[in-house]
Amino acid sequence: MKNLISITDLDVKEIEELIILADKIMKNPVAYSQKCQGKKLATLFFEPSTRTRLSFEAAMYELGGNVIGFSESNSSSAAKGESVADTVKVISYYADIIAMRHPKEGAPLVGAMSASVPIINAGDGGHNHPTQTLTDLFTIYREKGGFDNLTIGLCGDLKFGRTVHSLILALARYKNVKFILISPWELTIPDYIKHEVLKKYNIEYVETSDLVSVMNALDILYMTRVQRERFFNEADYIRLKDSYVLTPNKLENAKKDLSILHPLPRVNEISVEIDRDSRACYFKQAQNGKYIRMALILKLLEVE
Amino acid sequence: MIITPIKDGIVLDHIKAGNAMEIYNILNLGELECSVAIIKNADSVKMGKKDVLKIDKMIDIDLNILAFIDAGITVNIIKDGKLLKRRHLELPEIVKNVLKCKNPRCITSTEQELQHIFKLTDKENRIYRCIYCETKAKINKKR
Repeated sequence: MKNLISITDLDVKEIEELIILADKIMKNPVAYSQKCQGKKLATLFFEPSTRTRLSFEAAMYELGGNVIGFSESNSSSAAKGESVADTVKVISYYADIIAMRHPKEGAPLVGAMSASVPIINAGDGGHNHPTQTLTDLFTIYREKGGFDNLTIGLCGDLKFGRTVHSLILALARYKNVKFILISPWELTIPDYIKHEVLKKYNIEYVETSDLVSVMNALDILYMTRVQRERFFNEADYIRLKDSYVLTPNKLENAKKDLSILHPLPRVNEISVEIDRDSRACYFKQAQNGKYIRMALILKLLEVE
Repeated sequence: MIITPIKDGIVLDHIKAGNAMEIYNILNLGELECSVAIIKNADSVKMGKKDVLKIDKMIDIDLNILAFIDAGITVNIIKDGKLLKRRHLELPEIVKNVLKCKNPRCITSTEQELQHIFKLTDKENRIYRCIYCETKAKINKKR
């Protein structure tokens, strides 16, 4: 593993190794607190992000390393018209590893082609966000102990939600995984995910617009936000928006060991009352994100 | 219509009817000084109608590009008026700078120096995707 551009760059074994390492770090962070001493992470954020950037920076500091970088393109040479390839080539001389977010799809791959140090894709537009997927996988692993035989409900904006697409790609490789895809018809999963992943690998899936009717079947409920701007007309949005807001009454038939995930930030799609429910895992998920990024940095720098 | 046989050169046979001009242009055959015959809508037992291109010179052809445009084409190499070799094409794994990615959110839309590279992701359905943004290539409207 030299770079992480897409979750599909990692095979099942590599994902397992990262998860096991993240778990070890979580249990004994002191043992890893000096592993990256003398190393620098460059966070090249060509568009603003709060949690992903801070999570990467916290991860590097907790490994004893340092962080350099910028948090928006205006404060970088991109504002002067420098290409991604040139920026990354230069930063390769200053840092040992790069985490890069860019509004254009494929920019981190371009960076990886010219970099001499490992590149981590920290989100490229609506395309890939592999460290979010690793975070989701690590959370599922911690809650369920593995990935086989799970029924996973994905709810909300399944059309534009990149985290959902990557999660399906990652989970499709495990045994007897079943997906329940819950969304308004305007925001159903793209055809290419159905044809090139679900149907191609004979993965059982159901599409529905009714969250409550499938609740009792779910082991995992992965919520995403239904955004107003995705609808063609306001009336449809108003009609549907509350159907995809998780409230305590919708959980009445849910399993006792259901795990509720959300990539965050949340707006109103999960009622704050759910935060007190032991099945709510989304804040733990954000915490897990730091540990899996620590594991990833260690693996890419080969300093375990 | 009579087109004389070629002595040393290449015959691209079994081109889907209507595709000959596209292949002529992509292979830059207009820049050759030798004779090039474009035969359109020829009768074919196998295909009903087909196009054929005859090039009266031995030239290097990028078979990957050719296969990408039309994998059904047969490439016949003619030497001393006789068939020396017949090649059937296979879809290339990678296609460089033949198509442009149409996704306005793709990095290739703003960084002009980048090569446009597409990868074969589904052989059965001939689906190519941009290596940067994974947008599906629109290969040919006629197909």
